[in-house]
Amino acid sequence: MTETQLTLSRRQALKGVSAFALTLVAAGLLAPGAHADAAAVDAAIKKLVKGTPEDGKIKLDLPQIAENGNTVPVAFEVDSPMSKDDYVKTVHLFAEGNPSPEVASFHFTPQSGMARASTRMRMAGTQNVVVVAEMSNGKVYMAKQQVKVTIGGCGG
Amino acid sequence: MSDVKPRVRIPKSAKKGEVVEIKSLIEHKMETGQRKGKDGNKIPRKIINRFECKFNGGLVFASDWHPAVSANPYLAFHFRAEESGEFEFKWIEDGGAEYTKKAKITVS
Repeated sequence: MTETQLTLSRRQALKGVSAFALTLVAAGLLAPGAHADAAAVDAAIKKLVKGTPEDGKIKLDLPQIAENGNTVPVAFEVDSPMSKDDYVKTVHLFAEGNPSPEVASFHFTPQSGMARASTRMRMAGTQNVVVVAEMSNGKVYMAKQQVKVTIGGCGG
Repeated sequence: MSDVKPRVRIPKSAKKGEVVEIKSLIEHKMETGQRKGKDGNKIPRKIINRFECKFNGGLVFASDWHPAVSANPYLAFHFRAEESGEFEFKWIEDGGAEYTKKAKITVS
């Protein structure tokens, strides 16, 4: 008898858990879902940068898995001598899965010494982070990496 | 706004030509404009949208920020020290409020 009661209560508990999970899913579906995507990032890049991005030159330092989407550490370094005639002018940071694709732009000068910066960003969920670098000679480079996010950082 | 506190960490001295790291942080909510308050209305956006670093009056680094930059924005960047002087760091908020901080470096 005791055995049955135990089983029942466990079943009830499980039911409760799954109902709760369903509520979460429903809430997720009902939440305003206007998020950027790869195309929106491309459009944002076109708006800010002249020229077609090439691969290379950029080293990204991102976590593969971020537990908290509210503050994900992001760092990048662009390979450049940072001299008066050859330096990195601007680096743009984009997120494909946030409500808007732009995150930040960093404006360097030859006095920066190196084109490296680190900051922390919000991520609504698992998505690609895109970094685009504009050089002083007009060349454009791009790098992309996915970050898995356990808890999104755009809570409403 | 007494809850906005800018902080900067730079080395006090450097050798000529040395590239030093500058770390900055400003305590700020970075309200995205996406969140809803208890009354169901959206809380208006209020973020720091630009950071500038000047050295002896000349702009040496700047950054434009969007709501996707985390609360209490942290930023680390670099500077090639060629001469002694003073940095002026400036954070500009939506609406135009500015927060500034100064720091000196001795180059030998």
